[in-house]
Amino acid sequence: MEDNVILTMRGICMTFPGVKALDHVDFTLRKGEIMALMGENGAGKSTLIKCLTGVNKYEAGEIHLEGIKGAIVNKDTLDAQKKGISTVYQEVNLCPNLSVAENLFIGREPMTKFHTVDRRAMNKRAEELMKSLNLPVDVRRKLEDYSIALQEMVAIARAVDMDSKVLILDEPTSSLDDQEVEKLFTMMRALKKKGVGIIFVTHFLEQVYEVCDSITVLRNGRLVGSYPVAELPRVRLVAAMLGKDFDDLAAIKTDSTEDKSKAPVYLEAKGLSHTGTIKPFDLTIHKGEVIGLTGLLGSGRSEMARVIYGADRASTGSISINGKPSKIKAPIDSMMLGMGMLPDDRKVEGIIGDLSVRENICLAIQAKAGIFKKIPMQKQIEIADKYIKLLEIKTASRETLVKQLSGGNQQKVILARWLATNCDFLILDEPTRGIDIGTKTEIQKLVIQLAKEGKSLIFISSEIEEMLRTCNRMVVLRDGAKVGEIEGRDMNQMSVMDAIAGGAEK
Amino acid sequence: MNKKRSVNVLLLITILLFVVMYMAGIVIYGSKGFTHFQTFLNILINNAGLICVTCGMTCVMLTGGIDISVGSLVAMDCMIIAVGVTRWMWPAWALILFILAVGVLFGLVQGFCIAYLEIQPFIITMAGMFFARGMTAVLDVHQISVTDETFTKLSSLKITLPFGGYTNPKGMYVAPFIRISVIIALIVVLLTGFMLRKTRFGRSLYAVGGNQVSATLMGLDVKKTQLRAYMLSSVLTSIGGFCYVLNTMCGTTTQAVGMEMSAISSAVIGGTLLTGGVGTIIGSVFGVLINGTISSLVKFNGHLLASWANIVTAFLLMLFIVLQAVFAKIREMQKK
Amino acid sequence: MSKLKALTHRKLFLPIVSMILVMLINVIYDTATGSAPFSFFYITVKNGVLYGRLIDVLNRGSEIAILAIGMTIVVSASAGTDISVGSVMALYSAVCCVTLAGFGVTNTSTYARPLIVGILLGILVCVLCGAINGFFVAYLNIQPMVATLILWSAGRAIGLLLCNSQYVYIRVPSFRVIGGYIGFLPTPILVVAICITVMTLFLKFTALGTYVQSVGINKKAARIAGFNSARIIFLAYVICGLCAGLAGMVATSRIYSADTNNIGLNMELDAILSVALGGNSLAGGKFSLAGSLIGAYTIQAITTTMYALGVDPAQAPVFKAVVVLIIVVIQAQPVKDFFAARAARKAVKEAA
Repeated sequence: MEDNVILTMRGICMTFPGVKALDHVDFTLRKGEIMALMGENGAGKSTLIKCLTGVNKYEAGEIHLEGIKGAIVNKDTLDAQKKGISTVYQEVNLCPNLSVAENLFIGREPMTKFHTVDRRAMNKRAEELMKSLNLPVDVRRKLEDYSIALQEMVAIARAVDMDSKVLILDEPTSSLDDQEVEKLFTMMRALKKKGVGIIFVTHFLEQVYEVCDSITVLRNGRLVGSYPVAELPRVRLVAAMLGKDFDDLAAIKTDSTEDKSKAPVYLEAKGLSHTGTIKPFDLTIHKGEVIGLTGLLGSGRSEMARVIYGADRASTGSISINGKPSKIKAPIDSMMLGMGMLPDDRKVEGIIGDLSVRENICLAIQAKAGIFKKIPMQKQIEIADKYIKLLEIKTASRETLVKQLSGGNQQKVILARWLATNCDFLILDEPTRGIDIGTKTEIQKLVIQLAKEGKSLIFISSEIEEMLRTCNRMVVLRDGAKVGEIEGRDMNQMSVMDAIAGGAEK
Repeated sequence: MNKKRSVNVLLLITILLFVVMYMAGIVIYGSKGFTHFQTFLNILINNAGLICVTCGMTCVMLTGGIDISVGSLVAMDCMIIAVGVTRWMWPAWALILFILAVGVLFGLVQGFCIAYLEIQPFIITMAGMFFARGMTAVLDVHQISVTDETFTKLSSLKITLPFGGYTNPKGMYVAPFIRISVIIALIVVLLTGFMLRKTRFGRSLYAVGGNQVSATLMGLDVKKTQLRAYMLSSVLTSIGGFCYVLNTMCGTTTQAVGMEMSAISSAVIGGTLLTGGVGTIIGSVFGVLINGTISSLVKFNGHLLASWANIVTAFLLMLFIVLQAVFAKIREMQKK
Repeated sequence: MSKLKALTHRKLFLPIVSMILVMLINVIYDTATGSAPFSFFYITVKNGVLYGRLIDVLNRGSEIAILAIGMTIVVSASAGTDISVGSVMALYSAVCCVTLAGFGVTNTSTYARPLIVGILLGILVCVLCGAINGFFVAYLNIQPMVATLILWSAGRAIGLLLCNSQYVYIRVPSFRVIGGYIGFLPTPILVVAICITVMTLFLKFTALGTYVQSVGINKKAARIAGFNSARIIFLAYVICGLCAGLAGMVATSRIYSADTNNIGLNMELDAILSVALGGNSLAGGKFSLAGSLIGAYTIQAITTTMYALGVDPAQAPVFKAVVVLIIVVIQAQPVKDFFAARAARKAVKEAA
């Protein structure tokens, strides 16, 4: 093993049913290096980390850790922790109801000779630890008395105290404000000096360039490359993540540049926000217009759509539809106003797995009709058959349980659910994720077709090309706020990526 | 920040409630003897069994679970002792060991189903509740008195206290007393309190209730902790059963009906969160004292039906559950 | 083999098999004791009314069957159970009888108020109980069983309070009709038939079934699709309260008195058992009303059989508890995973 390297992963492969999650991924981490692990949804970041910490069992490849001869195999996170690989997650994985000291030492408390927990010794050691890391914390108080940032740092302190060589920070900054992030970075730099290797997973580009030494990019389960920070400017990073060779970008022309701004306004949102996820924004949507919400994962693109639909209740702001001020408290309200939404996580919020294809398709029209007006069976069959045929849903029968269908077909069932309501406005959040190429194209065609029929749409996707092909206008989001709009002719890969990355000048 | 305050508030409300109730008793029934120290001791004597049971219940609830089999298990223990001395002719020590063993086994089965088979605690312990109640009837459907000499001696043993007595109208000094069951209950309280605060197992109960995922990640064996919690609950319930039989000196199928309710409400009133992770033994003891005071007040009144005690307890339970829910909501809103 | 597998995977397989098993035990018992082998199924007319063990099961099982309807809905929508139903039945009994006899009267042969007032008031109180449970579960997000624990304890106690802890006898012939006979037919059977019909029509002509199941299977997705999940769960508990009231009505009329201590005692276990025995998952979601009903009558058949075998009523819970245990263990996910893994290993071996 070469000098200073503490962790190497070679040729890691991992398959989930039907998906190649990791395909021969290599990874190297050095002593005192802070490495950003980047990639969009489904790129394989979390799978790679789970392989490293023993949560997932990889099929091929090996992992080497400094000081241990031969390839290591971690049975579980605990085993990994014992070997010196610790993870701190986005949600603080500590017990908020226990004291700070207890959280630091649980499972390995100092004991008295009577085999009881030696609180005095525990608190003393905890205090020393907190002092050494410069954390202003009373170790006797309950963890929940402190802010998320401090809790996060206590979690890191725990990892550090357990002599970790490798520290994985999985989106630790998502819920922190700027000051708290700065504190965290100070701590990370201190650890770096101690020679700890840090893997930093984040969606915030600024933070990557502020604190990291190198960047490893994954896409679709493959390694795109590892670069020193200086050699990978923002735009190139975004290009690497989104899967476009930077030099080719300028050549690609967009298909739909039709200007719909003269069409009548369908929806107008003013100062809409949801505390904690999306800052206040204004948005106007015209009839027959397809709007793309773009930005990296976690930028607020899904959250913006959710607030408009009422999936998250708006904290501030107002919406008017067709010029009429409207109140949206819950999804049913927006549905009654003619909206529909295909959520990004189809298993959690989309399909109702144990119901049949027919029932799933008829769900939204049933909800709109109300509990007392059951859609007659004959009509349900008609509707189901119509959309199974129209969208070419591959199912054994209309009574097959929807959970038995493939991902693409499940997605089509949810699409059918909204098409059946004949809605005026449809939000599609990552409709093409995790489905085959053929279905992707079908869905894109459908979007354009719907727009031609005069319906308005919001289209969210991680693939810019797909959005360029379908959208009339793009709204760019970064760090939970709307940062700009790109209209018709100005839309191309470069301009969009520039906007996502936060300006080429940086 | 808020959770800590809210829980302290709950415990404070509990202690205040107890004081107010007891004061009310003294004001209203003072002439009937409520002022005597013995009244308080009687509450302890009558609820010695419940105190043991509630300690076990608190441990289970700390992990986020619940055990509603306790009342029936107490009845079964009483019946085992009653049948044991009259029919099997076992010596007292053997019977005591036997009911403890039954407790261990009972808890083992329940705990295994809950921890390792991941079945809802409520369903399993409800099955346990009906099983134990039915087994009581299988042992005997009639009321059987405990006639064994050792038990009679233990039961009638008065431990007089050197203070707090009063002089009755005839001019005789009446010394206050407690019974052996109170001593047992106090030992149980001290031991469980110590266990929860000072031992690794005690702290892991809190950790498991606080956040199961975290507890696993921090290297605790969550399933084993849960299993042990249910075993502990059943064993403490068996000890409670022993205390109970010393009071009633008989075994019948209808004994200790609704005791699970008293134990749960005591724990909840004493500040134990239904979601787990928060609660103290001292709070639970105050919960029991409140329940005891309610029954005592109903008894002192003389006209009220016994079911009043149930209603008030249920109402208090509801009040505290709603309070917990409200505090949780406030906390959630303030976090945002 | 594959046919057998298909058969065992049928929805009503479990309830029907257990039903047949119970009947078989009866046949064996009858043969062993020297009665006609099929005397369980004999239906005769005695004193102008239907008579026989099968009729007895149908008649006595009415309360459980009615409760099972409500419990099925609650389990499906909220993945929890309502353990207050037995107590609520007792509460109905107390409210109804006290209304009819007048407060403080323990034995009457004339109504103090019209019969219908007593019944409606009783049922109204039960619906209210259901609403309280529903409010706790749906809007305060309290675990269903803890929420219903409150009324499980308080319901019966309030009933006892109303009756002053005494039996209240209503010795009026018309009061006994619901628990007695209309012509030659036991009325409770008729009540159940009406309940089932109404519920079936409701499920057929309204979207209640779809609503409840959607919420039970995937609360979040149901919300995005436009259902008000909380309201549906609330409604489920109200329906359950109504069913408890109807069951209380039958039980009270049967003994023409308010025996608050014993009416509906342990009935919650029977109702939950019916649902589980009916092949419904206690984790919520899809439900089969027919399964629950078969489950309910199977339990009554078990009880009747046990009494025939000379088992004391107080001992019956042992057996039921064991049945519950077996069913939930079979349904438990780790157990399912274990057998699935074993089957997979076996398949691999066979292939190799």
